[in-house]
Amino acid sequence: MQKRRKLGRGVAIAGAGMSKFGMFKDRDSKDLFAEAFKEMLSSVDKGVDPKEIDALYLGNFSNDFFVHQAHWGPIISDVIGLYPKPATRTEGACASSALAFREGVFAIASGFYDMVLVGGVEEMSKRTTEEVAEGLALATAPYESRVGFTFPGAFAAVATAYFAKHGATREHLMNVTIKSHNNAPLNPKAQFPMTIRDMMNMKIESAKKKGIPVPAWEDEKAFLRDPAANPSVAWPMHLYDCCPISDGASCILLVAEEIVRNFTDDPIYVAGIGQGSGRSFHDCEDLSSFEATKYAAQEAYGMSGLKPKDIQFSEVHDCFSIAELVHIEDLDFFRPGEGYKAVAEGATRLDGPMPINTSGGLKCKGHPVGATGTSQLYEVWTQLRGKAGKRQVPKKNLRIGAAHNLGGVGGTCTFTILERR
Amino acid sequence: MRERPFSDISYNEHLHEEKLMGVRCRQCGAAFVPPRPFCVACYSSDLEWVEMKGRGKLAAFTCVNIPPPFMMAEGYDRKRPYCSGVVELEEGGRVAARIEGVDARKPEKIRIGMPLKVTFIHRGEGPDARTYLAFEPAGDKES
Repeated sequence: MQKRRKLGRGVAIAGAGMSKFGMFKDRDSKDLFAEAFKEMLSSVDKGVDPKEIDALYLGNFSNDFFVHQAHWGPIISDVIGLYPKPATRTEGACASSALAFREGVFAIASGFYDMVLVGGVEEMSKRTTEEVAEGLALATAPYESRVGFTFPGAFAAVATAYFAKHGATREHLMNVTIKSHNNAPLNPKAQFPMTIRDMMNMKIESAKKKGIPVPAWEDEKAFLRDPAANPSVAWPMHLYDCCPISDGASCILLVAEEIVRNFTDDPIYVAGIGQGSGRSFHDCEDLSSFEATKYAAQEAYGMSGLKPKDIQFSEVHDCFSIAELVHIEDLDFFRPGEGYKAVAEGATRLDGPMPINTSGGLKCKGHPVGATGTSQLYEVWTQLRGKAGKRQVPKKNLRIGAAHNLGGVGGTCTFTILERR
Repeated sequence: MRERPFSDISYNEHLHEEKLMGVRCRQCGAAFVPPRPFCVACYSSDLEWVEMKGRGKLAAFTCVNIPPPFMMAEGYDRKRPYCSGVVELEEGGRVAARIEGVDARKPEKIRIGMPLKVTFIHRGEGPDARTYLAFEPAGDKES
């Protein structure tokens, strides 16, 4: 059992911002973070003087590799005019900015700072697909990459173990993909704001224009089963099981609870935070589960005094469709082996009892890896303030939401619970 | 045999000699494959090498269509996928390995739980020589 943890003092969110996610030829990390930062400033209801920010924690996985430039803390601090205040980079692969959030929370909870900016950035699209694959594979465990496991390949192996243990199939993964794509058109910042049906129609139109045989799929699953439309990347992970290559940035303004009402009458509070570390395949307890997620969840639930059933909706790290299925069980939203059945029944849809990835998830919103953690929390903050527009979770008294972020093949996992009081 | 340090480099040297070696803690009996520099169960450094029989069962796998550069150099691509897997060893514990002797173009025929035996893939020469741990179907043609 874990020790029950608590913060030295409360921490709240006063504002948040996020750039559009996508592949941008004409915009770099600095431009994207500037966009997120400006939105954050204008989101603070009563306004904030940026000079009051005490420090920056910035998540970035590997711009060193992607754009051949390291040391992003001071670069971004320069962009937003924060110098000479401290800027610290955090790295936890795809969970890099969830770690920045966590460090920012600790810095305020300790009493050292009153206002901290946390965020993340990644710029991946300037590289070829093969190079990005190589860059992401830097976050797999050495024993796995050397015998040919790619990043999708490692999650594919988790899928085969999950299938064998619980009786799920590829068809169940398709339910995850279809659900996330149904949310995406409702998110104006999403990289792929399209349903699977939209994608099918686009391909049909394109075939008609080119004068080539027009494909006829009877439904979304038929499209996803078609190897021409949805080829295997690392079986059983197919193209539509995998998140895209993305550029983007996001940030959140954290403030000590005792002063947050100077900035907004609708603050969102940090109720629980958790982080865990995982092991390689050869050493982990269960190939169909992520122990780092379980540890992170236990820490966050313990700190908040909340139970899984209290969480009204959640962003869940879906770098690959199987990751969402496994994590909704590891986070105890569903019992082991029940997650895929719940998804099939529509439980995780926007209008279901437990909406998952209202943003469209990494699959559709995009996954600029270092920016993802705080972009998930941006979504939860937006939902809790009732400002998610067409994708607003249709529940009365929306009060508690969460975000789960994963780095590597479960090497670093975080779980953060936010609360509107 | 000279006493090698309990390290990943030694693990790979053993593979090059066609031996799958792990370590066992002389104090508490915990075993680790690949080796660790000390026992993480009791933190003793009193370890010994143990050779694995090299038999096990397939616990998880993938058939990779988009290979990394070093596998592409071996001629693998979209049309010629390869299989990588996790093998549950007879002695307990697991290893990640390449899976040979299966048709990676027909992944739905590859069965979790299928019995496997160790094999070693040698590539390159001189300072570039590498040995990759691999497993292949054991004994009678199952499936």
